[in-house]
Amino acid sequence: MTAFQNIVDFLSLKEANVRYVVLGTILLSVASSVIGCFALLRKRALIVDSISHSILPGVCIGFMVSGTKDPFFLLAGAMLTGWLSIYFIDIITRYSKIKADTAIGLNLSVFFAVGILLLTVIQNSGNPNQSGLSDFLFGKAATMVLADLYVFGGMALFVISGVALFYKQFVLLSFDLHFAKTIGLNIKFYEFILSILTVMAVAIGIQTVGVVLMAAMLITPAATARYWTDNLRKMLVIAAVIGALSGIVGAFISYSYENMPTGPWIVIVFSLIAMLSMIFSPKKGIVAKWMRQRRNSHKMMEDNILKAFYHLGEKEGDFHKKRTVEDLMGLRKFERNKLLNGLKWLSAENTIVHINNTYVLSKRGKATGARIVKIHRLWELYLKKYLRVADDHVHDDAETIEHIITPELEIQLEKLLDYPTEDQHNQKIPYSK
Amino acid sequence: MDLVIIITACLVAVTSSIIGCFLILRKMAMVGDAISHSVLPGIVIAFMLGGTLGSWYLLLGAAAFGILTTFLIEFFNKKGGMQHDATIGVVFTSLFALGIILVTVYARDVDIDQDCVLYGELDHVAFEEGKNIFGLLIPYTILRLSVMLLCVLALVVFGYRGLFLTTFDPAYAATIGVSVMAWHYILMAAVSLSTVLSFGSVGAILVVAFLITPPATAYLLSDKLKQMILLSLVFGVSGSIVGYYFAAAIDGATSAAIASVLGAQFIVVFAFKAVQKKYFSAPNIPVV
Repeated sequence: MTAFQNIVDFLSLKEANVRYVVLGTILLSVASSVIGCFALLRKRALIVDSISHSILPGVCIGFMVSGTKDPFFLLAGAMLTGWLSIYFIDIITRYSKIKADTAIGLNLSVFFAVGILLLTVIQNSGNPNQSGLSDFLFGKAATMVLADLYVFGGMALFVISGVALFYKQFVLLSFDLHFAKTIGLNIKFYEFILSILTVMAVAIGIQTVGVVLMAAMLITPAATARYWTDNLRKMLVIAAVIGALSGIVGAFISYSYENMPTGPWIVIVFSLIAMLSMIFSPKKGIVAKWMRQRRNSHKMMEDNILKAFYHLGEKEGDFHKKRTVEDLMGLRKFERNKLLNGLKWLSAENTIVHINNTYVLSKRGKATGARIVKIHRLWELYLKKYLRVADDHVHDDAETIEHIITPELEIQLEKLLDYPTEDQHNQKIPYSK
Repeated sequence: MDLVIIITACLVAVTSSIIGCFLILRKMAMVGDAISHSVLPGIVIAFMLGGTLGSWYLLLGAAAFGILTTFLIEFFNKKGGMQHDATIGVVFTSLFALGIILVTVYARDVDIDQDCVLYGELDHVAFEEGKNIFGLLIPYTILRLSVMLLCVLALVVFGYRGLFLTTFDPAYAATIGVSVMAWHYILMAAVSLSTVLSFGSVGAILVVAFLITPPATAYLLSDKLKQMILLSLVFGVSGSIVGYYFAAAIDGATSAAIASVLGAQFIVVFAFKAVQKKYFSAPNIPVV
């Protein structure tokens, strides 16, 4: 079978089995991604890791009590121990000097150890029903059947509708606890609801990726969505889409290749999307940030060159005289290469004119240079007058702010200082006419 | 035979506890957790290159991935602008997932399986080949763990000042010329190496319990670093011994039983401290 044929078969959802797996994986991924956004925003990302590890002993206890793999018993046990781990972390950090990270690490490893202990005890007990119990460790999305879909899909929908129902309260819990307290919101109650929904999402989600990797199902989509928006509604939607997409890809890979585990692949897809977002997202991505920094440093270089031209002109009374690179370097400590680059950019913008190794300030260039000098001197005055900074301390600050002040602030500054003609060093302040 | 297993467990517990004390005091318990998960791909790659447990490949692979984890967490956080707790979760799950995929794909070529990743095979030490030293047949695992313990002891004894300063007052350490960065990476390398050496016996995940739990229990009882290290050793060793017999009694995995006992020790000490605080602490006399 070719790869293409494989994809067509998979996407057409002809086989009932594939339909259940895809639908189930999507529902579980969406539920955990959505609830994960709140965990992330409330800085509880790692508690999720503790919950998911703590679910293992619960599953085992559920099995030992019922003697079967009835999902209701397993889930009840899972939710009990999952929730207990949140409670323990809270108790430990509140009543001892142990810090949150230690409490989380301690809880997850010890709960997990108890889980493994119980698991091996069950395995050694020879109960014939126990086969498949260890699937909870790494997930078994690929073997989901209709009965599973009803139980887990139903619970996933329950979690999603829970979030929709208590959206407003959860937003307050995530962003403004103090305000929530002031308006009389029952914080304890809603935190409890949120923790129950989180534990539920984790408990059903381990079907897909297993206890060890479950944290990724909640944290990674949410952390990825943060790169694309600052709006919580959009964040929830983006996280859900990423969750669903990775779920489909993971299910596809384990459909196409025998013995390929679904869970780890879902996590790998998550992580790839996260890394691509981190590098390329238009506002917060590393590339965007780098370009912004480069643009800023370009602008500062240009500003500084124009300022140097202006200062030279001011000193000699002729703004449009031909200047050499050495003239400029004599006035200010430029790095030669950077200066030459800056001059190239400015020539391209026609703010200066390049004639045989000499440079002449154009009219527009002079206006820009004047503006920067003006802001610099106004700011020095402002610091002196309003913040009482000593005269010999104002220059460095003004050097930075002159590149940043917007035209609106510029006008305000002029008005506030009432259009002074000279700064404290008796230098003329150039206004544009 | 019992003795061999108990000695192995004690060696893992002692080595981990010493490192763990510094981890939890530096608030890096979860970074330790992340490293212990993330060394998995390094281990699998080393196995694929023909290594066995304890070969140089394995140590190099694990150390490389341990350092990579630390670096990625820093990078995602500082350069990528990701929330700090989220970076830990994202990094270790990605690398662990990669490791599991490698284990599955190369299962035939590689002498490790998923169970081994999870809880190791402590009991296998008893059947292992060994080296004859002074008439005693000492299994290679014990030899390797002993060497690691000696290295960690040397690190703590000779590097005590550096570790101490960078743990409690990094700003001061930097001022007097102690490299905070260097000690950070040395400690992370120690975590990675001890994880990989403990891997065969207790697995990649349970080693976290050995790293964090005894130091946390000791931390409840002590304010002094040296005292805390000694106490954590006591808890680690006693937990290993009790855990071994506990496992034998209920027929479960030895490493998991030991980790459970370590957890129980914590609960007991925690409850003891809570009761002590409530009923036996000096009443607060208001100062006039």
